[in-house]
Amino acid sequence: MTVTHMPHSDAELGSLSGSPRRLRREAIIKQVLFGAAIFSVVVSFLIVYALLSEAWIFMRDIDWSTTWGQIGWFPRRGIYDVPTLLVATFWVTIVAMVVATPLGLGAAVYLAEYARPGVRKILKPILEILAGIPSVVLGFFALLWIAPNVVANLGGEGGRGSILAAGIGVGILTIPLIASISEDAMKAVPDALREASAGMGARKVTTVLRVVLPAAISGLAAAMIVAVSRAMGETMVVFMAGGAADAAIFTSSPYDGSLTMTAAMASLASGTDNVVGEGLTFQSLFFVGLLLFLITLALNMLANFFVRRIREQY
Amino acid sequence: MAIVTVGDVARKNAQTLQGAGRDVGGTIFRIAVAGTLYVSLLIIGVLIFDVLFDGWDQLSTRLGGFLSGTLRSRSIDDKLGVHQGLYGSFWIAAFVAIIAFPTGIAAAIYLEEYANQNRTTRFIELAIRNLSGVPSVVYGLLGLFLFVEKNTILGFIGLGWLVDLTGGPTPISAGLTLAILVLPIVIITSQEAIRAVPSGLKEGAYGVGATKSEMIRTQVLPYAAPGILTGTLLSMSRAIGEAAPLILIGAISGGLTANPSFVDVTALQDRFTALPILIVTWVSQRGRDEGFATAAAAAIVVLLVVVLLLNMTAILLRNRFEKKRG
Amino acid sequence: MENVVSEQQSKSPDTGTDTRRAEGPKVEGDVVFALSNVNVFYGAFRAVRDVNLQIHEQEITAFIGPSGCGKTTVLRCLNRMNDLIAIARVEGDLRYHGMDLYANGVDAVEVRRRIGMVFQKPNPFPKSIYDNVAYGPRITGMVKKKKGGDLDDIVENALRKAAIWDEAKDRLDSSALGMSGGQQQRLCIARAIATNPDVLLMDEPCSALDPIATAHIEDLMQQIKSEYSIVIVTHNMQQAARVSDRTAFFSVEVNPDSDTRTGVLVEYDHTDRIFSNPADPRTESYVTGRFG
Repeated sequence: MTVTHMPHSDAELGSLSGSPRRLRREAIIKQVLFGAAIFSVVVSFLIVYALLSEAWIFMRDIDWSTTWGQIGWFPRRGIYDVPTLLVATFWVTIVAMVVATPLGLGAAVYLAEYARPGVRKILKPILEILAGIPSVVLGFFALLWIAPNVVANLGGEGGRGSILAAGIGVGILTIPLIASISEDAMKAVPDALREASAGMGARKVTTVLRVVLPAAISGLAAAMIVAVSRAMGETMVVFMAGGAADAAIFTSSPYDGSLTMTAAMASLASGTDNVVGEGLTFQSLFFVGLLLFLITLALNMLANFFVRRIREQY
Repeated sequence: MAIVTVGDVARKNAQTLQGAGRDVGGTIFRIAVAGTLYVSLLIIGVLIFDVLFDGWDQLSTRLGGFLSGTLRSRSIDDKLGVHQGLYGSFWIAAFVAIIAFPTGIAAAIYLEEYANQNRTTRFIELAIRNLSGVPSVVYGLLGLFLFVEKNTILGFIGLGWLVDLTGGPTPISAGLTLAILVLPIVIITSQEAIRAVPSGLKEGAYGVGATKSEMIRTQVLPYAAPGILTGTLLSMSRAIGEAAPLILIGAISGGLTANPSFVDVTALQDRFTALPILIVTWVSQRGRDEGFATAAAAAIVVLLVVVLLLNMTAILLRNRFEKKRG
Repeated sequence: MENVVSEQQSKSPDTGTDTRRAEGPKVEGDVVFALSNVNVFYGAFRAVRDVNLQIHEQEITAFIGPSGCGKTTVLRCLNRMNDLIAIARVEGDLRYHGMDLYANGVDAVEVRRRIGMVFQKPNPFPKSIYDNVAYGPRITGMVKKKKGGDLDDIVENALRKAAIWDEAKDRLDSSALGMSGGQQQRLCIARAIATNPDVLLMDEPCSALDPIATAHIEDLMQQIKSEYSIVIVTHNMQQAARVSDRTAFFSVEVNPDSDTRTGVLVEYDHTDRIFSNPADPRTESYVTGRFG
C-alpha cells in the first residue's frame, strides 16, 4: 500500500494540551460571565440589606403605639398607622382582581381555545404590545376618565381620585398579565386530553370547562397569584388616582381616597423636600418597603411553586 | 322479535347526527369569552382616544415647541414642553443599554452554556426569578440607599464613592437603578433565546475544534440574536415607562431651568426629571391650572409613541423569526 | 449477504477479539486509537462496558449494532464530544497515537481539531457555503485573512475532496440551508476536512439521506480514506460491509437487577471476516438478520 498523504508530522501530534493562551482566555471569559451571573445575587443581597438596615432603625426607635389604631397615615407628623395602608392595599387588590380576572381569563380562553389562527395572530400581539403601557398612563386614565365615567356611575365621586378608581386602573394594567400566563397554561394542556373529551361526544364548552381549565389549574392559580403580587406592588396608578396626597385618614370604604403601601412610599419621596421629614420619616419608607417586599416575595414563591407543578405534570 | 333493516338503522342515525337542537350554552360561552378579549381591547382603545383627545390642543398647535420646551409654572406658556423629560429618559435608556444589556446577556450565557446544575446555579436562578417579581418601587429604595444616600454596608464596605460618582439624585442614579430593575427581564428572555439554539449547531462547531467561547460567539449569539433583541427592546420600553423608582431616588417636578442638549454630559450630575415624571407632575398641577391636564395628556402621547413602538418592534421581530424557524 | 459458518465457535464472546486479526490480506496501518477496558457512565448508569479495540490509520472502521448498544457513545469518546454531557464519565485507557486522550491537561478542543466529526443529521451553520467550510480554518487560526488567498484554496480543496465542488462553486455565497440533505451532509464533510484533521468520525452520516445521496457519501469515503482515518457508526449492515475495512459489532446486555441496558463490544475484526465468518454467534445472528 502506498502512502499518498501523511496528514500530520509527529511534531504536530506532539501534545494535545492546547495552547496555554487559549486556555487562559477561555478561563477568563468564564470568570467574567460568572461575575455577570452572580451580580443578581449581589443585587438581591443589597435589596434585603438596604431594607433591613433602615427598617431596623425604624422598628427599634419607633413608638409602636403610633403604628396601630391611629386616625391615619401622617408620616410627617410622626403617625404611622399601618392598618390604613394595609386596608387600602387590600381594596385596591380586590378591585383590580375583580376587574382583571374575568377579562384576562376570558381573553385567555378565547385565544387558547376558540380564536382561529388568523384572528389569534393579530389579537395576541396587540394584547402583548398593550402589556407595555406604562402605569403613569393608567394613572392619568383612572383619574381623568374612570373616575368621572365609571366611579361616578357606581355611586362614587367622579371629580377626584379614589381607591375604587385606582383599583380599576390597576386591574386594567393586570389584564394582559393574567391573559398571557393563563393562555400559556392552557396551551400546555396536551391535545390528547381535548381529543379524548371530544371523542366521547363532549361539546366544546364542556371540554373547555371540564377538561382544559381543570388541567391547567396550577397555571391559572399562578396567574392569579402573580397578578395579586403585581397589583399590590403597583405604585403610580394609586399614587396618581388614589385620591390622597401626603397623608391619608383611615378608611374602610373604597369610595374614599387613601394611600396604599406603594403610594405612601411614593408620596413620602415626592415633593420639594424629598424624604426629609420629622424623625423617622426616611426610615419609615424602608419599613413599608420591607413589608411590601416580604408580601410580594411570598406571593411570587407561591406562584413559582404552581408553575413548577404544571411543568412536572406535562 | 322485530326485524330492523339496515336502512332503518341508517335513517335513525342520520336523524340523531343532527343533534338535539343548537348548542345554545356553548354559543353563549363562546361569545362571552370573545367578548372579554374585545372589551379589554376596547378599554385600551378608549384610553388611547382619551389621551389623544385631551392632549390634542398641545399636539396639534405646537408639537415642535412642546418637544423642545421645558417645565414651566403656567400651562399657557410658549416654552412649556417635555425636553428635560426626554433628556432624562434618553440617558436612562442609554444606561440601561450600556449596563443591563451586556450584564444580562452575559449572565444568560453563563447560566445556559457554562453553569453546572449545582447549588450555586440554582441559587442564582432563584435570585433572578425573585428579583423579577420585586415591585419597582422597592428598586427605588435600593437606588436611594446605594446611589443617593452615603451608606456603609455590614459596617465596613463603604459606598460613599458610589454617591460621589452619581452625584446623588441625578440621571446617572436613575439610569443605574433602572438598569438593575430590568436586569432580570434581560436575563430571562436571553436565556429563553439561548436555550432555543439547536444542539446540532453547537455540536457542529465543537466538532471542528471550536472552543466554548468561539462556539458561543459564532453559533449561539447569532442564532439567539433576534430573541435577545426582543428581550432587550421590551426591557428598554419598561425602563422608559417606569416612574416609581425615579420618584424614590428624587426625580424632581420643578425648578429645572436648564434645557440640556442630549449630549450634555455635565448635566448628568445635575438634578433630573424624566418623561413619566413630567406626566405625574402635570397631573398633580392640574388642580391649580387646568391646562396642565392637556400638557400631561400630550406628554402621554409622546411616551406612548416611544414605548409602543419599542414593544411593537420587539413583538413583530419575535413573531417573524418564530415563523421563519417553524 | 453471503454468510458461511463452517465450524463451531468455541471462543467465549468476551475474550479479546484482537487475537484473530492479522490474517487478512492487508498491510496493517499504524494504530490511531487504542482502547483498553473503556467504560462509559452516565451518572451511575453504565452505558458501555469494557471496550477493547484498536483502530488503524488509513482505514475505514465501522461500528455496527442494534440501537442502544453504545456505538455512538464510544465514537463520541474518541474526540471527547462526551465532555459536553455534564453527567458523562469515561473510564479506562483511551490512546490516540499513544497519547492518553483523557489525561490531565489534555484539551478537548485541541483533540477535536485533530479529530473531526460528521453528525447524524446534516447540521450546516446558517451561513453561506463558503463560510461553513471556512469556519474551522478561521477559528483554528490556520489562516489570518478573512477571505481570499489561502482561505479560498482551502475552501475549494475541501469542497473538492468532499465531492461537492461542482455543485457548490457557483453559489459559494448563498446559504448552506438552501442545499438538499445529501449536499448538506457532504458540505459538513467538507467543513470537517477543511481543518485538515487526522481522523474523521462519522455518526450515522447517511441515516437522514436517500439512497443516491448515500452512495455519493460512500464513494467519497473511499476516495478520502487514504488521507484520513475514518470511523463510521452505522445501523446499516450493508453499508458497513460495502465501505469498511474493519467492523466492530456492539450489542446490548440487559442487566436483570436494574433493568438497564449496557453496550458491549462483541467482536472486532476485518469486515469480510465479520460478515463471512464471525467468531461469535451473536454477531452471526445479527449479520444474518436474525436479531436486531
